[in-house]
Amino acid sequence: MKARIFVTLKPGVLDPQGKAIHHALDGLGFRGVEDVRAGKLIELDLADGTSDADIEEMCRKLLANTVIENFRIEKLAAALRQGSGQA
Amino acid sequence: MKSAVLVFPGSNCDRDLAVAIEAVTGRAPAMVWHRESELPEGTGLIAIPGGFSYGDYLRSGAMAARSPIMRAVADAAGKGVPVLGVCNGFQVLTEAGLLPGALMRNAGLHFVCRPVGLKVENSQSIFTSSYSAGEEISIPVAHHDGNYQADTETLDRLEGEGRVAFRYTGEVNGSARNIAGIINPQGNVLGMMPHPERALEPAHGNTDGRRLFEGLLEAVA
Repeated sequence: MKARIFVTLKPGVLDPQGKAIHHALDGLGFRGVEDVRAGKLIELDLADGTSDADIEEMCRKLLANTVIENFRIEKLAAALRQGSGQA
Repeated sequence: MKSAVLVFPGSNCDRDLAVAIEAVTGRAPAMVWHRESELPEGTGLIAIPGGFSYGDYLRSGAMAARSPIMRAVADAAGKGVPVLGVCNGFQVLTEAGLLPGALMRNAGLHFVCRPVGLKVENSQSIFTSSYSAGEEISIPVAHHDGNYQADTETLDRLEGEGRVAFRYTGEVNGSARNIAGIINPQGNVLGMMPHPERALEPAHGNTDGRRLFEGLLEAVA
């Protein structure tokens, strides 16, 4: 079983990396980018039967710092696990 | 006084901190590797050094905060043993939950490495007893992730309880309310971004940092 953990800064928390990316996009001439927020994607390869509660605890204890970050857990279906190239 | 300096893979101020502690206490601290699960018997001061523990993987201080030795540090802190975290050490203490808030990427994106002015906000703590309240001192910073953030309620509590130890006198890294160092509610854990061990000898430019160690020694000896 695979799970993807998306870790993002909470709304309102200043994201200097997002700002730098935004600035670089502007520099490349891309117009219409109103805001950029950078986050992390962490993929977990898990033993079958790993509970949702365990995954959530992993997020709370280590993967995200809940002082400043939110996390979202996405469990991948078996078909995707075979590497269809789609997400 | 018996002291310990923690060493993580990627720590790079551990020896400077040890030199500072030895210069003031006259006794070399034990250097304690992160895989240890216990501190030496009778450790009366724990120092967590600056650097880039675990290459700053995941978040600065995140991995170090979950290393085996940190359980012993949390136990000792709970029993009142003084804990000083400098720079990456401050990041480790927030990640370990021993201090509130988080240290984020500097608002200006640049690594900041220069002496900064600090206002001593609280001169009553064991760490700041050699300074006067309101005194301005100069201590070097060297960090990329020193932007201290916490929710408004936490910031108000820190201020209300006199737990802001040091405040930058000018803009340095975007920290909320210019906070440079904070203390836990029990008063025995200090985290600060500036490096007092880098202002120890006249050759360093000034000795404002030395006073922190001297005051600490006097307070706990």
